[in-house]
Amino acid sequence: MGITVMGFMNKIGYLFKEGFRSIAIHGFMSFASVTIIIACLVIMGSFSLLAVNIDAVIDKLESENEMLAFVDETYTQNQAMALEGELTAVPNVSKVKFITREEAMSEFAKDYENNSLFNEIEASVFRDRYVIYLDDISLMADTKVQLEQVKGIADVSAQLDISKGFVTTRNIVGAVSLVLIVILFVVSVFIMSNTVKLTTFGRREEIAIMKMVGATNSFIRTPFIIEGLTLGVIGSGLALALEWGIYTLITDKIMTSIAGSYVSVLSFNTLALPLALVYMGVGIVVGAFGGTIAIRNYLKV
Amino acid sequence: MVLMNNVSMVYENSGMVAANGLDFEINEGEFVFLVGPSGSGKTTIIKLLTGEVTATDGEVYVNNFDLRSIKARKLPMLRRTLGVIFQDFRLIEDKSVYENVAFAMRVVGASNKEIAKRVPYVLELVGLEGREKRLPQELSGGEQQRVAIARAIVNSPSLIIADEPTGNLDPVKSLELMLLLEKINELGTTVLVVTHEKELVNSFSKRVIALNQGSIISDGMDGYYSYGIHE
Repeated sequence: MGITVMGFMNKIGYLFKEGFRSIAIHGFMSFASVTIIIACLVIMGSFSLLAVNIDAVIDKLESENEMLAFVDETYTQNQAMALEGELTAVPNVSKVKFITREEAMSEFAKDYENNSLFNEIEASVFRDRYVIYLDDISLMADTKVQLEQVKGIADVSAQLDISKGFVTTRNIVGAVSLVLIVILFVVSVFIMSNTVKLTTFGRREEIAIMKMVGATNSFIRTPFIIEGLTLGVIGSGLALALEWGIYTLITDKIMTSIAGSYVSVLSFNTLALPLALVYMGVGIVVGAFGGTIAIRNYLKV
Repeated sequence: MVLMNNVSMVYENSGMVAANGLDFEINEGEFVFLVGPSGSGKTTIIKLLTGEVTATDGEVYVNNFDLRSIKARKLPMLRRTLGVIFQDFRLIEDKSVYENVAFAMRVVGASNKEIAKRVPYVLELVGLEGREKRLPQELSGGEQQRVAIARAIVNSPSLIIADEPTGNLDPVKSLELMLLLEKINELGTTVLVVTHEKELVNSFSKRVIALNQGSIISDGMDGYYSYGIHE
C-alpha cells in the first residue's frame, strides 16, 4: 500500500492529533511537565532580570565616570575652545564639555566654601579643561594616552582604578549570570526529559507495538515531540505571565522604598519582548529535546 | 518467504546458545507450527524473523529481506510485510478496537478513506462486527486476541507470525482462534504459529517443526507427539 498525498496529509493530521490527545490523556504528567517548565523558567528568568538590572546600573555609573583633559596654560580661552573638534574625534570619546578656568574655580569654591584655606584662591591657578565622556569605559587607559597626544592638552586625569573596578564587576556579574543560566538550562532539560521519561515509561509497551507493526522512528517520535513542544509553549507563556507579576511586585516595592532613591530599575515593558522570545525559545528547545531524549531508548527495538 | 540457512544465535550478554545450525524453509501459502519446550529457541526464531535480534552466524531471509545485513531504517519496511500476534495480545489500552486496527494502517500511510473501508471488513472477518467502539479491557481474552489478529492482517501481510496466540485462552476459544488462522491461511496468507499446546497442534494436519535446545529435531506432517518431546 503506497503512501498517497491524502494518506500523507491524514498521517500528519493524525500525528498532531495524537500529540494533543496524549496531553489530555496523561493529564497529571502534562501538568507536572508544565509546572516544572514554569519553575525552571521563572528561576532562570528572575536571575537574568537581576543580572540585566545590575548591568544597567553599572552602565549608568560608567556613563557618569568622566575624564578631565587640562589645556596647556599658554593657550588662550579661544585656542582652548578650538580643541573641541580634535578631542571629539579621538576614538571612544562619546562627548566633550568645555569648562573655563573661572567655572572650574567657582565649582572648586563651592566644594570647599567652609575651608578658609581656599578663600582667596584665584582663577589663574586653574586651567581651562574638558570633561570627556567615553563610549567604552574599559578602554579608558588607551583613550587617556590618545588624549594626551592631542597638541594643546597638557595633562589628562582619569580614575583608572574606578573604571577597572566597573569592568571587573561587570565581567564577574556577566560570567556568574552566564554560568548560572547555563546550569539552570541544563537542569531544566534534564528535569523535563525525566518527566517525559516517566510518561514514556508507562507507554513503552505502546511504543513496542508501534515498532512491531512497522512504524518508523519518526512516526513514533513525532507525537512525543508535538506533546513536548506544546507543553513547552504553554509552560513558557505561563512563566512569562508569572514573571511579569513577580517582577512588577518587586520593582514597585523597590521604587516606593528608600532604595528607590539610589537605584533605578528597568520597566518590565522594555524587557517583555526579549524575555518572551527567550522563554519561548527555551520552552520549545526544552520541550522538544525532552521529548526526543526520553523516547530514545525505547526506539532501539 | 522464510529461509534459515545454518543459523546460529548466541546471546552476547549471557553467552547462551539459543539457536544452533537451524536449517528450514517456509514457502508461500504454508501453515506451519513451530513447537518445542520452554527454552528450546522458539522465541529466538521469532526475534530473528522480526529483526529484533541478528543471527550470530548463517543466513536469514524473510520476504526477500536479508536480515543479516538489513539496515535499522529498513526494519519498518520488513515489519510491514509481517503480521505479528502475541500471547498477551499487546493492544493499546486507550484506543478503541477500531483504532487499534486502524493504527496499523496509519503507520503505512493509508488515507482515512482506505481505513474506513478496510477496517470494518477485517473486523467482520474475525467476528468482531459491532465491537468497534469498545476498549480492549471491555472485551474477553478471545475477543482481544481477535483484535490482535485483525491488526495483524489489516495490511494484507504475506506472513503472519503468531507467538503462543492461545496461551491465555481456554481450549474452546483456542480452537476457534486456530480455525480463524486456518481460514486466513486459506485466503492465501502464510502462517507460522509458535506454540507448545500439543493437543491443539495434533488436531490440525499441518507441518510441524519441532525444536529442542536450539536445534531442529523434526520437521514434517506427522504431528507433535510422535517425536516424544516432553516438557
